[in-house]
This record gives sequence, structure tokens and C-alpha cells, in this order.
Amino acid sequence: MKEPQQLINRYKWYEIVGIYCGIFVFLSFVLSPFVEGFLVSLKPLSQLFSSPYRFIPENGSFAAYRTMWESVPGFGRYIFNSFFISSIVTAVVLAMVVPAAYAFARFEFKGRGTLLGAFLAVNMFSGAVLLIPLFRLMRSFGVLNTYFAMIVPGVAFLIPSAIWLLRTYIMRIPRELDEAAYVDGASHFYTLRRVILPIAMPGITVVAITTFIGSYAQQFIFALTFNAKSEYMPLPVGLYAYFGRQEVIWNELMAASFVGIAPAMIVIFFLQRYLVSGLTAGAVKQ
Amino acid sequence: MHARRSAVIFAWLLLAPALLYVLTIVAYPLVDTFILSFTDASLKKVTNWVGWENYDKIFNATFAEVITRTFVWTFFSVSIKMLIGTFGASMLNAAVPGRALFRVLTMPPWIVPMAIGIFMWGWMYNGQFGMISGLLQRAGVVDGPVAFLAQGSTAFWATVITDVWIGVPMVTLYMLAAMQSIPQDLYEAAWTDGAGRFYRFRRITLPLLVPAMITMSMLSLISTFNSFDIIWILTQGGPNGETTTMIIDTYRTAIGSKKYGEGAARAVMICIFLSIFCLCYFRVTSRLSAGEK
Repeated sequence: MKEPQQLINRYKWYEIVGIYCGIFVFLSFVLSPFVEGFLVSLKPLSQLFSSPYRFIPENGSFAAYRTMWESVPGFGRYIFNSFFISSIVTAVVLAMVVPAAYAFARFEFKGRGTLLGAFLAVNMFSGAVLLIPLFRLMRSFGVLNTYFAMIVPGVAFLIPSAIWLLRTYIMRIPRELDEAAYVDGASHFYTLRRVILPIAMPGITVVAITTFIGSYAQQFIFALTFNAKSEYMPLPVGLYAYFGRQEVIWNELMAASFVGIAPAMIVIFFLQRYLVSGLTAGAVKQ
Repeated sequence: MHARRSAVIFAWLLLAPALLYVLTIVAYPLVDTFILSFTDASLKKVTNWVGWENYDKIFNATFAEVITRTFVWTFFSVSIKMLIGTFGASMLNAAVPGRALFRVLTMPPWIVPMAIGIFMWGWMYNGQFGMISGLLQRAGVVDGPVAFLAQGSTAFWATVITDVWIGVPMVTLYMLAAMQSIPQDLYEAAWTDGAGRFYRFRRITLPLLVPAMITMSMLSLISTFNSFDIIWILTQGGPNGETTTMIIDTYRTAIGSKKYGEGAARAVMICIFLSIFCLCYFRVTSRLSAGEK
């Protein structure tokens, strides 16, 4: 007799067909813009602007991937900026979140629950609502039109979910470990550095990855509003400026988009297991 | 006793950097928004206190229309996201070969820079040469090209669909995680009693998903209400303001026309709605987790 598990999961042929059809329809919706975008990047302009519409490119080529470097002069710079901003944001977030998450996970103090809730509430206010005072704040700091104008507000909105995620991870580390260190006369700081940090490394890595991705994906509104210098623009805003022109060279725009999202795609491919747990953690109250 | 007090002090020291940062960059601007909304702040050097004037100015028929539109837009976007996401999750939950790959393929809209996904939609909605108009013409559904972003009614739905597309991966993966946390023995017991697959889905999966569905729709409601990039890149709130939601309206007033005071008053209205949603969310989730215990 087989395990019931296996028997439950045995599908009849029409069920399998139904499931694959469902998955096909679902994934078509999710992936069609990427497929279309990729095909557009292969089509020569003359074919792109011709009727009737053709889905599959005729004599498609990768020419746009070569010419885009000349048409979008700052392209390499935009990608660098995106990486640079995201790296700094991730480093700053980690520096503040690791101690905070440890405090939330291990110490009893008055107002802990309220404070944790307040951090979560920060997530509910997007930067867009606070744009006016943030603009004034950035102006009084004197950082408008610099990298900091994008880094400083970006960090604030990534802190809450990072704290939430790392706190959950640290809470799963057995308390006996810190208590043993404490009994041996180690200070709190020593316990954090020598006991918690090494064990929490996988959790910290997940937080770092999700923060980086979050920062890479959301570089738009602050960069659009607080920075006007094209040498500091991250990729989305750099391409947006190009997109806003009268004559959009669509195949090059799509080619540039694909090169721009390649890093994210590689991350998804290798780290997807961590990503799912990481990205949903902010949403799950535990 | 002494050790405990030093522990509390240490905890606050650990918290201080993150706390001060968020206070400066989020809490202070929040307070500043309220103060600014009572002034005529603009690019001018002098700022005067104007009392309720900004609020008097914004409460008119157009603003009421913007609020209604925002709610309708959010309602449809969240509902469609939940429907497609739950459907996708139940498909991906099936134990068929290749499901690990299908799950990975769900993620791209969520992970890639939002603006870039939106550029791709911008091309697909192109009337003359875009894919959707092209395929519809081929299928004979429409006679001529349809410029989706140039007409109010279609632009409204076009922005909804793009917002759904960006939100679906999160909903799907969240619902999938919820489905997988349902104890397997429930299914086994039902199966032993001869319950069919659809019956099990309807009687076990769906009822047990309700808490996750409520939590996810509230979170999605908040993020959708805040949605800026999609509409700004696709239509900038046009044509004729028919895709102008509260966020877009605030941005146009404050950053476009440099009327900081009036923009702040509009932002305060958004904050009030968001706080209500936020309170509901905390209420509902604490009640749900209390119910589990």
C-alpha cells in the first residue's frame, strides 16, 4: 500500500492538463511583457513601426544592444549608479538593523510592542506622501542633486521590514547560547558580536539580499524628485528621461531595459529560495 | 536588579540609531506635512500662516472626484490582484513536475526595477504598433488601432492592469506559503472519507485561507493606495486627469506647481486615509492571531 500522501497527489490526466493550462494562462500574464519586450529589442525600427502588427521578429538581430551604448550616452553610468546607491543603502540599513533587531528579539523593555508596531507602520507611508517635507529636509541638509538625496530617504523606508525579518530570525536562535555566554561573564556587546552575529549570518545575508533588491527596484520617486543631475541618475530614472523624448527608439530602450534587469534576474535564479522567505516575511506577523 | 537595568539601557542603545533615523526621515516629515498644510509655503522666501485656507481651497468637486477615483482604482486593482494571485497560487500548489521552475517564473515583475516593467507595458499599450492593440485587431475584436493610454476609460483600466501585474507575484507567493502551511493530515482525513479534490479545495483550503486573504488584501490595499510610479510613467495622471489619483494629484500640486502648502493639505488627506487603513490592519491582524491561540 502506498502512502496516502502519494495517492492524494496522484492526478487524473484531465486534471494534469487543466493544471498546466491554468499555469500557462497565469504565467502568460506574468511574463508577456518580458517576452514582448525582448522581441521588440530584436526587431529593427522599420519593422517595429509598421502595420500590421507582427509578434515574431523577421530578420531580428542584436544590433540594438550595440547601438544603445551610443544613443543612451550615460547608460553605463546609470547602471553603476544603481549598483552604487543600492550597495550603500544596504550597508547603512544593515548597520542600523542588526543591533535593533537583536534588541527587539532578546531584551524586555517597556514599549517594545508599541515600538515594533510603529516601525511596521512606517511601511504604510510611502515616500510619495512625505515628498514635500522630505524635499525641504534634503534641501536644508544641502544634499539635493547628490547621491545622498537618493540614499538617505531610501534607507528609512527599508529599515522596518529589515528589522522585522531579522528579529524573527534571531528569535529562532536558542536563548541558552546567550545565557551561557552571559554566565561566563561576557558583556552584552561581546555576546552580540561573538555569539549572535556568527549564528545569525544566514539571516543577515537574506536581509542584505532583500534590501539590495528592494533598493534596486524602487529607485524612482526620490531620484526623480531630489536629483536633476544626469551623472547621478540611477537606471530607472535615466531611462525614463530617455523614454520621455518625442521619438522613442523602442528597440534600444527595450535592449537597455534587459541589460538593466539582468542583475536582478541572475539574483532570482540563484537565490530564489531565500527571496521568497525574505520578501514575504515583512508581511507575515509572527 | 542592577543587571536588568543595564540590559534595558543596552537595548535602547542598540535601538537608538535606527530609531533616530526613522524619526528624522519619516516622523518629522509627517509632522511637517501637517504644519505646512496650514501655510502658503512655496518657492517664495516668506511663508505665512493661512489657517484652513488650503483645506477650503481643495474641498471642491474636482477633489471629491479624485478621491472617488482613487478608491475605485484601488478597489479594482486589489480585487483583481487577489483573484489572480489566489488562482495562481492554487495552480502552483499542485504537485506537478516543473512547479519549482514555475514558482521562479512568477517573480520577475516583483524583482525587476518597477519603472522598467512599466516601460514594457507602455509599449504594449501603444495604439499604432503595440502588442495588445495589434493582437486585438488580428483577432478582429476591434477594427482600427486602439491607443489605450490616450482615452480616459481605457487609460484607467490600463493603469489598473499594470498595477495588478506588479502586485500579483507578492500575492501569489504569499497565498502559496499560506496554502502550504495548512496541515496535510486534514487533507488525508478528508481523502480517507472519500472527498474529491474540488470538494477538499472548497471545504479545507479556501476556509483556512481566509485569514491570509484578509491580511494580504489589507497590505495590498495600503501599497496600492500609495502607488505612484505606474500612473506617473504611463499617463502622468492624464488624459484630462482621468487617471489622477490622490498621490498623483499631490505630486502635481506640490512638485509640479510648487504649491507646497496646498500640496501638504492634500498629503494630509492621504495620511488620514492611510492611518484608517493602518488601524484596521493592526486590529484585524491582532484579532486573527488572537483567534489562532
